[in-house]
Amino acid sequence: MEKIKSLADLKKKREELQSKIELREGGENVENLVQIKVAMATCGIASGAKQTMEAIIEECNNQNVKAVVTQTGCMGYCYAEPTVEVKKPGQDPIVYGHVDTKKGKELVSKYVVQGEILEGVIPVNYEKIDK
Amino acid sequence: MDTIKLTIDNREIEVPKGTTILNAAKQMGISIPTLCHFEFKGMDVHNRPGGCRLCVVEVAGRRNLAPACVTECMPDMVVRTNSMRVINARRTVLELMLSDHPNDCLQCAKSGKCELQALAIRFGIRSNPFVGPDHAQSSYQIEVSPSIIRDMNKCVMCRRCEMMCNEMQTVGALSAIERGFPAVVSTAFNQHLDHSPCTFCGQCVAVCPVGALTEVDNTAKVIRAIVDPSKKTVVQVAPAVRVALGEEFGMKPGSIVTGKLTAALKALGFDYVFDTDWSADLTIMEEGTELIGRLTKYLGGDKSVPLPILTSCCPAWVNFFEHQFPEMRDLPSTAKSPQQMFGAIAKSYFAEKINCKREDMVCVSVMPCLAKKYECGRDEFKVNGNPDVDFSITTRELAALIKQANIDFTKLPDEEFDSPLGESTGAAVIFGTTGGVIEAAVRTAYEVITKKPLPKIDFEELRGLEGVRSATIDVDGLPLNIGIAHGLKNARKLLEDIKAGKCNFHAIEIMACPGGCIDGGGQPLHHGNGDIIKARWEAIYQADKNMPIRKSHENPSIQTIYKEYLGEPCGHKSHELLHTHYFDRQTTVEVDLNK
Amino acid sequence: MASYKYHILLCGGTGCTASESPKIRENFQQILAEKGLDDDVQVVTTGCFGFCEKGPIVKILPDNTFYTQVTPEDCLEIVNEHIIKGRKVQRLLYENPEDKKHISDSKHMGFYKKQMRIALRNCGFIDPENIDEYIARDGYKALASVLEQHDPAATIDIIKKSGLRGRGGAGFPTGLKWELCAKNAADQKYIICNADEGDPGAFMDRSILEGDPHSIIEAMAIGGFCIGATIGLVYIRAEYPLAIHRLQVAIDQAREYGLLGKNIFGTDFDFDIILRYGAGAFVCGEETALIHSMEGQRGEPTFKPPFPAVSGYMKKPSNVNNVETFANIPVIINKGWEWFSSIGTEKSKGTKVFALAGQINNVGLIEVPMGITLREVIYEIGGGIKGGKKFKAVQTGGPSGGCLTEKFLDTPIDYDNLVAAGSMMGSGGMIVMDESSCMVSVAKFYLDFTVEESCGKCTPCRIGNKRLYEILDRITKGNGTMEDLALLKNLSTVIKDTALCGLGQTSPNPVLSTIDNFWDEYVAHVTEKKCPAGQCKALKQYVIDAEKCKGCTACARNCPVGAIKGTVKMPHEINQELCIKCGTCIEKCKFGAISII
Repeated sequence: MEKIKSLADLKKKREELQSKIELREGGENVENLVQIKVAMATCGIASGAKQTMEAIIEECNNQNVKAVVTQTGCMGYCYAEPTVEVKKPGQDPIVYGHVDTKKGKELVSKYVVQGEILEGVIPVNYEKIDK
Repeated sequence: MDTIKLTIDNREIEVPKGTTILNAAKQMGISIPTLCHFEFKGMDVHNRPGGCRLCVVEVAGRRNLAPACVTECMPDMVVRTNSMRVINARRTVLELMLSDHPNDCLQCAKSGKCELQALAIRFGIRSNPFVGPDHAQSSYQIEVSPSIIRDMNKCVMCRRCEMMCNEMQTVGALSAIERGFPAVVSTAFNQHLDHSPCTFCGQCVAVCPVGALTEVDNTAKVIRAIVDPSKKTVVQVAPAVRVALGEEFGMKPGSIVTGKLTAALKALGFDYVFDTDWSADLTIMEEGTELIGRLTKYLGGDKSVPLPILTSCCPAWVNFFEHQFPEMRDLPSTAKSPQQMFGAIAKSYFAEKINCKREDMVCVSVMPCLAKKYECGRDEFKVNGNPDVDFSITTRELAALIKQANIDFTKLPDEEFDSPLGESTGAAVIFGTTGGVIEAAVRTAYEVITKKPLPKIDFEELRGLEGVRSATIDVDGLPLNIGIAHGLKNARKLLEDIKAGKCNFHAIEIMACPGGCIDGGGQPLHHGNGDIIKARWEAIYQADKNMPIRKSHENPSIQTIYKEYLGEPCGHKSHELLHTHYFDRQTTVEVDLNK
Repeated sequence: MASYKYHILLCGGTGCTASESPKIRENFQQILAEKGLDDDVQVVTTGCFGFCEKGPIVKILPDNTFYTQVTPEDCLEIVNEHIIKGRKVQRLLYENPEDKKHISDSKHMGFYKKQMRIALRNCGFIDPENIDEYIARDGYKALASVLEQHDPAATIDIIKKSGLRGRGGAGFPTGLKWELCAKNAADQKYIICNADEGDPGAFMDRSILEGDPHSIIEAMAIGGFCIGATIGLVYIRAEYPLAIHRLQVAIDQAREYGLLGKNIFGTDFDFDIILRYGAGAFVCGEETALIHSMEGQRGEPTFKPPFPAVSGYMKKPSNVNNVETFANIPVIINKGWEWFSSIGTEKSKGTKVFALAGQINNVGLIEVPMGITLREVIYEIGGGIKGGKKFKAVQTGGPSGGCLTEKFLDTPIDYDNLVAAGSMMGSGGMIVMDESSCMVSVAKFYLDFTVEESCGKCTPCRIGNKRLYEILDRITKGNGTMEDLALLKNLSTVIKDTALCGLGQTSPNPVLSTIDNFWDEYVAHVTEKKCPAGQCKALKQYVIDAEKCKGCTACARNCPVGAIKGTVKMPHEINQELCIKCGTCIEKCKFGAISII
């Protein structure tokens, strides 16, 4: 792997990475670019996040949805684990709580494919510090 | 030197930077109670975990109380050592400590000498709000080993023993285990001391402020042996006992009480009162001959001779290398310790002389040492299960016996040891302190090797209280390199050097206790007062000077026994009676997981 | 395939539900059905918006319109105007209290958001096992700029000016700590990350390490550069296997990129990180005990001075900071101290992560700016007390902290205010208790913990805490006396005054603060032998009201110990000697004849 040797290197790398992500987000094909993040801290995993993630991937395959499904850290909603954030291109991400395997599949088949918002939306009510 | 001005109890004082509040107060005559704090002046021993919290004082501007033993004086500090806040805190802490202590002072070995008891008296504790059916008390099994009794129900977690065991002795047998209320000082995995690397040096016992660590008390056995008409009782007294026993009777440290000691033992009713000094002279004959033998071979070109030769009189030291350096066990002299040589001769040569069967003789030793209790129980020192030395009592136990027998020790007239195992030389008495064994050996070796009389009998270069010492003795042109270590921490240093091949000594003397036997684990408690050790040390050399004969090989009764019985030093009979062998006793821990 | 044009999101939080949000939902659905719009518009109930004071909340997607204080009667207007005609209902829009202007897009109303994520900025956003995602979000930029500037003193100055204080609980100024360590010259220094999170219920450090491990690596490198350390050590409890895994993955990735190792960013700065596992002893969160544990010694504190900055790990100058403290560092460097110090109160800057737990609806990990009130945290972020019960107290600071009562609900939360209120910040546990919590039992619970976790080195902590526990236990069993209460107070004060380390010095806080705030409850246990909260088993009595009892025998048949006797159709009776207070009889009684006294 190439080492990052200077601030300029780092900036270049960051721009590369950001444009890659933007490229992903800015595409036209909805089905291709859905991003699904599963909160996989210890507590999430303990509540079944791994199984949820597997179910989501499986359902994406079944429904022919090309989504980027990744793990992420704790979102802070302990009362509603497992939690999953779904972001459809051009739309604000929506966080769902209590996503068991059944609901994980519904997220794909109903929300992603059909645009129907499911019960269990957690309104994100914190301020981000990004630009 | 930088000094600091501060105020303690409304009085100003100036102290050197780095002085603790405790020491500053002491200079002003203010005595702050302490318990865990322990300082052994002159021996580089310092225990101040700041754990007991009895020394807390009020420092202006501080949120909480400060432990005086570890808090250093700061410029313009204002300290109150006796405010009611302080008194209340100390009293409560003491009540807490007492609430987890069995109040069995009546039967406690430390009663009267217990620092916790003294504090309870000082604070006038009459009742304790923390004692009652709702309040738990620690409950540990009392453990008896050959030398040491551990009653951890009495432990106050001062950690002095742990510090001695790990820092002074580097033995590593004791450390704190568990946490919270059950926290206690114990061995690894709470194993029996017998299965630990403990050397039974007894330095832990010597510093324990309470009755948690005490020696195995054999006084009752002594009484019963003397009482038994079918037994002949033979007692031997180690050199270091005679310079310390007086302290137990209020005499000043360093009093030489050999004559009174002999008189007391006779008054107690022992049939024969002998001297370990006699067998110390015998040890020099054997060990000295072994040294000369190994040296001659070595100088003759045999480089496979195990050198340096290490002394083997100290049983704690023997335990130490058997546990920690078993691969080097060919180095120490095979000569038994004076205690065991005495026992072996008493139960053979002397028993024959008085026509007494081995089983009918009870051989008792009075030692400054706890490891001696363990040593006399070793299997290799028994004949058909009958030990050469039946049991050993400490200086402290002897004092207790004398007091029990209502003997006014200080007024006793001096008496002489019995013959033939009571005659000794100045070379024998210096066995009692660091450097003494090797000096005694050199006095004899010099004359044996050179066949010339010693030009000067006192080898000042071998004396002192520094932990590791070395000297080169000119044996008529042959440079003899001598190393000396006392305290097992220092012994370890020398052994590591030998292991690393960084050592050019021909002979090394090692004693386990700091200062040697004068500060053995069985001696009267010194409470960290280094001056007491210094006084005993000086007394040892004074006792040497007082002796008419000062070289072991000139001891007439030693010469007689070789003529009559043993033949020659390191000869066949000697080997049978006076030499031993060592074992690999590296500690392995067996943990019972079902426990 | 259904394709909704609008989504109507309805807050389903406790507050909004109480103020008729179910009725609103019903109305919407009915109106939409009547107008044949139910295929175009979906009505969804969501979790709490955290804006309960302005509830019920209705949010319309996709235009993010945020309506407040909506009544069931407003539904028709919203459908007619907004859904059908595309005109927002101005009177229901949120009104900015400052300029009284209506805000139509909730994206522009960030100020209503009670939470602010600095330490948790990447948690839940990035894949913690992918360094690229961290770098894409400005990761390692702070380290790069610090190294490029190459002025440790200037960086320390930034941290000092930011006002950042230690998030481990005691709140020591971080910049000052770094400065003290930087001043001591040595051939080797160490920067240590305290990841031995031990407060019961607190898990923010674990979440950060699991969600954003690179932020800790970056911050440790910055700290290492500032104090002159080339080695970083993370003391992490072995019970955190996932955090350990992610941290190790992150360290490996950083090494691959050259962000750890020799000549970082082409400068002469070398830095690497080693993990050390702890066995999970609470006392090892105390920095001297932590250092001893890392050295292979017994995890016990020692008297300070010497401070670790002078003689720490392996007797070398060392600096110990908590995980959350580190997590703030890169942001402060990137966004400047002025930005950071603009958040929070006068003496406590930035945010604090709390693990919100107990009798509260939205148990969770929250990050709030210093200065927020307990009321906001409990009612707006936490969604209020479970089951609509009455708030009684909130416990902060874990076993070192205290209980805060209703009178402190509007006190701004910061280090100093919490101490003044008899509690402390601690590492961020926040346990909310309702009226059914017995405060003597709460104190006993924490003492049970400290008794277990005391290292046993000093007398007041080893024996004193045990005695405190025993006295509390006696009181909860109805055997306490008024003298016991005096004894508790004195013993607590002495332990605080004399214990060796922070653990012992703070362990009586739960006792003292409950005595201060709930004295009557203690007295009730002692004099009336009653537990006002009805929690202390030994003080409960189950009795059957002979008037109400129909003699159905359900209680007697179900009593597991046969403590209830009586003949059919005649009032039954409970034998108090036999009763084990399991509560089965109450559950089984259909006539409400059994009560606890």
